[in-house]
Amino acid sequence: MPEIRVTPLGAGQDVGRSCILVSIGGKNVMLDCGMHMGFNDDRRFPDFSYITRNGRLTDFLDCVIISHFHLDHCGALPYFSEMVGYDGPIYMTHPTQAICPILLEDYRKIAVDKKGEANFFTSQMIKDCMKKVVAVHLHQTVQVDDELEIKAYYAGHVLGAAMFQIKVGSESVVYTGDYNMTPDRHLGAAWIDKCRPNLLITESTYATTIRDSKRCRERDFLKKVLIPVFALGRAQELCILLETFWERMNLKAPIYFSTGLTEKANHYYKLFITWTNQKIRKTFVQRNMFEFKHIKAFDRAFADNPGPMVVFATPGMLHAGQSLQIFRKWAGNEKNMVIMPGYCVQGTVGHKILSGQRKLEMEGRQVLEVKMQVEYMSFSAHADAKGIMQLVGQAEPESVLLVHGEAKKMEFLKQKIEQEFRVSCYMPANGETVTLPTSPSIPVGISLGLLKREMAQGLLPDAKKPRLLHGTLIMKDSNFRLVSSEQALKELGLAEHQLRFTCRVHLHDPRKEQETAMRVYSHLKSVLKEHCVQHLPDGSVTVESILIQAAAHSEDPGTKVLLVSWTYQDEELGSHLTSLLKKGLPQAAS
Amino acid sequence: MQCAQIQINYYYVGLWTGHDFHSQFPSFATCSKTELIDLSTVDVILISNYHCMMALPYITEHTGFTGTVYATEPTVQIGRLLMEELVNFIERVPKAQSASLWKNKDIQRLLPSPLKDAVEVSTWRRCYTMQEVNSALSKIQLVGYSQKIELFGAVQVTPLSSGYALGSSNWIIQSHYEKVSYVSGSSLLTTHPQPMDQASLKNSDVLVLTGLTQIPTANPDGMVGEFCSNLALTVRNGGNVLVPCYPSGVIYDLLECLYQYIDSAGLSNIPFYFISPVANSSLEFSQIFAEWLCHNKQTKVYLPEPPFPHAELIQTNKLKHYPSLHGDFSSDFRQPCVVFTGHPSLRFGDVVHFMELWGKSSLNTVIFTEPDFSYLEALAPYQPLAMKCIYCPIDTRLNFIQVSKLLKEVQPLHVVCPEQYTQPPPAQSHRMDLMIDCQPPAMSYRRAEVLALPFKRRYEKIEIMPELADSLVPMEIKPGISLATVSAVLHTKDNKHVLQPPPRPTQPTGGKKRKRASDDIPDCKVLKPLLSGSIPVEQFVQALEKHGFSDIKVEDTAKGHIVLLQEAETLIQIEEDSTHIICDNDEMLRVRLRDLVLKFLQKF
Repeated sequence: MPEIRVTPLGAGQDVGRSCILVSIGGKNVMLDCGMHMGFNDDRRFPDFSYITRNGRLTDFLDCVIISHFHLDHCGALPYFSEMVGYDGPIYMTHPTQAICPILLEDYRKIAVDKKGEANFFTSQMIKDCMKKVVAVHLHQTVQVDDELEIKAYYAGHVLGAAMFQIKVGSESVVYTGDYNMTPDRHLGAAWIDKCRPNLLITESTYATTIRDSKRCRERDFLKKVLIPVFALGRAQELCILLETFWERMNLKAPIYFSTGLTEKANHYYKLFITWTNQKIRKTFVQRNMFEFKHIKAFDRAFADNPGPMVVFATPGMLHAGQSLQIFRKWAGNEKNMVIMPGYCVQGTVGHKILSGQRKLEMEGRQVLEVKMQVEYMSFSAHADAKGIMQLVGQAEPESVLLVHGEAKKMEFLKQKIEQEFRVSCYMPANGETVTLPTSPSIPVGISLGLLKREMAQGLLPDAKKPRLLHGTLIMKDSNFRLVSSEQALKELGLAEHQLRFTCRVHLHDPRKEQETAMRVYSHLKSVLKEHCVQHLPDGSVTVESILIQAAAHSEDPGTKVLLVSWTYQDEELGSHLTSLLKKGLPQAAS
Repeated sequence: MQCAQIQINYYYVGLWTGHDFHSQFPSFATCSKTELIDLSTVDVILISNYHCMMALPYITEHTGFTGTVYATEPTVQIGRLLMEELVNFIERVPKAQSASLWKNKDIQRLLPSPLKDAVEVSTWRRCYTMQEVNSALSKIQLVGYSQKIELFGAVQVTPLSSGYALGSSNWIIQSHYEKVSYVSGSSLLTTHPQPMDQASLKNSDVLVLTGLTQIPTANPDGMVGEFCSNLALTVRNGGNVLVPCYPSGVIYDLLECLYQYIDSAGLSNIPFYFISPVANSSLEFSQIFAEWLCHNKQTKVYLPEPPFPHAELIQTNKLKHYPSLHGDFSSDFRQPCVVFTGHPSLRFGDVVHFMELWGKSSLNTVIFTEPDFSYLEALAPYQPLAMKCIYCPIDTRLNFIQVSKLLKEVQPLHVVCPEQYTQPPPAQSHRMDLMIDCQPPAMSYRRAEVLALPFKRRYEKIEIMPELADSLVPMEIKPGISLATVSAVLHTKDNKHVLQPPPRPTQPTGGKKRKRASDDIPDCKVLKPLLSGSIPVEQFVQALEKHGFSDIKVEDTAKGHIVLLQEAETLIQIEEDSTHIICDNDEMLRVRLRDLVLKFLQKF
């Protein structure tokens, strides 16, 4: 029995280090290869030893697909390909391919240069890893090999984020990566066609949230604030938001962006403008939305300047780097505010302050008291419960599997999906395998002659009397063809063997043979209304292709012998006729 | 002007579509010959490149066409720019009335060439408006390279990179068993677009080949060199250079060459002007289609740097662009300079002004790079002319050497092309190398001719449901070949065929409750298979004996044997390809004998 198997190595009932193994139609595909920001030990990366105990990953995996450039989706890639060892193809979109190595390098610098970690991947490894990447266009059907094909759909989560359809024969899986179903200020909404996959693997970060329109959240936004962000993604949307607000309200307070990455990042947005939303694309010649007037580069010294200011600083979960430095500097003053615009994974400072913790243990047993206001504003571009349901409705999968979310919230969503769509929904933990039996239909070539013959007959379909198609399936290697039986014989150079029966039916009838034949004809004509009964000039009678001849009995002149002759193919009618004739003929009117 | 239509499986696919300029008047000949094609019956139009969609508004807005148009995003965006420029140029010179009396055949034949030779002048139309352009473009569905687009469940179309221009496409039109490639406007040279995808064209039953180079004898690389040196020479002597051109396409490559060339040629102080209502948009758009560019340009975007160096030329003020020569341009204008502007036909647009301004001085040069127009004809109304004229046509589309290389690589079963490609050009009738040479010889078509493509459809895809597949019993007939007889119910929906297991018979055969004789005739009769094989007499006789028949006599005949069962008064004629059982009306006996015979035969 064919089946689809799915095992999350990461992101199973968890957010972080997304990595999902899928086996479909004999092919093995790894979806995403992320790192976990909440850990600094082994748990940081997925457990790749699970994939194959002995043997090379390259032999086992047919391809790796990266959905977008966030580190929890691609952060383990150089470790996986260069340190564990994988030489097969890695697929991602062009913007992801452009931006991913920069974030990886940034991550490496923080880990190695700042935290002094050893045994980490090197810059060269990032470069070598990226050489294995094959860039894909939206909606392009990429033939990984003769049987496995993948196709990217727009996901709207960050620049270049994509959902992927993985297809082998008539079986398919869709993996959403992270996606957003409502267009925002710089990206469009995720979209997929009614591709009816066997399985939809969807993220469920905001499984229980139903967000209202973004407009109302924008109003009471601005004081003196620190906004920890990731350099690419939400940062651009928030920049556009503040830029337009400053413009409209004629505000003077400075807005800073903390890292050199930003300018570069904005440049990527300019060059990949075709991946942004309709409005930005339409107007980019007149006014490029990513050229900001009010947003200036941040210098470390500015943090001590008096007066209000807004600072965007990386990274977004306050787990390291400049955002954490500024946070430590400003945390003691209750007039300041930190706005967390996105999701924070467990273990990060961001997660701690969002869950209400106000005394933080920092490095060196130092305790930091947080007096500043902490606000959470969900600007993170994930689909909410409504959006997830919407996507399930769009794609019409046979079953759904939830990843990239918290178990409790998943449980809620799982019930909702099962109730509303009446499909089974799974939420495996890391290392747990879900097996879905599939029953793919078998594609074969039908000869046009046979098909047309059947279609011409079946012009008026009648459910009660389905029409049978009869043919011969020729199987040669993997080539399957359905042809008419005659054609099959001809193609194989075989002669037909005709099997014919002739039965003698004795009738008591003293009349001449011709008259007997005539009586047989009129009897059959009256009984077999749906058949073609003919009386031929030579005196014989035919019913369809069955031949009936009358002969004299060699001994008894009062008896006539009817010779009923038919082929094997007409057996039922032939046998029916003989039993009919055996009962004798009705008495003639005379 | 190109246009072809392919009918597959009752669906029409139009492959579009250009137009000819007869712009002296300004009116336009479009490609649709309406009496030949009823455009309302066309289901789909596939666009090859932005030059091939200039007639689109005529079709989508005025013909009853209701189908879908497919094109790539760069094709649509740059096509829009070309149309916008055209509309803008035409609207600048409004005509209170338009001449139409000359279209009368009796008057037309008295007019000078080329007018008297023009065909179907009655169908020439006025240029469309921007409103019509927008409406036409809104009907286009955007597609990406290698995207499989299902049409009506019966046909799949796929655009492939053709290497000629940003977003330019060849198209694969295929069903499950037939494949037609439409190759139009392709290039094997390395310029800015993504290289041509040749591999996907393999295994075509038919390859329709059109849009080859207009100038098969000119080498584009050589022409670019000549362009640069002539430009430098003129400017060094204090003259101006005029380059009539389209606002997109080759101009990007020319600017890139000049970017590399100007410093070494000492031209750093010479201003380059690009004047077109869409100059700015064209330069900006060229930078955002990284995914549609050649590998080198793609990697630049990853740095991130703009893929085309004209960004730097603009930044350093070496290249300036203006929507028209009025306004800012007149105050910035310095001579000597180089001006890129349209329209390349020299019949409208800002180029007309520069021809008149610079034509009188022999210091100046006009350099023709666009291959679509005869430069002599273009210059005719400006004669006598003192300025130098250089003809450097840069046409990167396939030449005949590249075509034969391509065909060897791709190996289509049949090639179909316009008639003029199957013979040498009239002016160079001895150049047998300037024609398509392939085996079997290319099938050619003429304007408005209907050509039947040389393939017969034999198979179509059908799906066998898994339950049915499980019930099939394959048997090996020859090594590696197995057969299975299939009796199944055919369901067809949206051109997709599915075979399902037959329903279980509701009445067991030989039903007991017989009311009338005719009731017994099966409605949904199970078809008996065909038989094949032959019956070995000795073994057959042994089998008979084993099943209790005695008193068996075998007689030889000319073609085989007769087996007599004397007791049962039964006679069995056995020949190579037939068996005939003649017996009394004893159904039990007949069925027993039948089953014995069938044991020796194969069923189909």
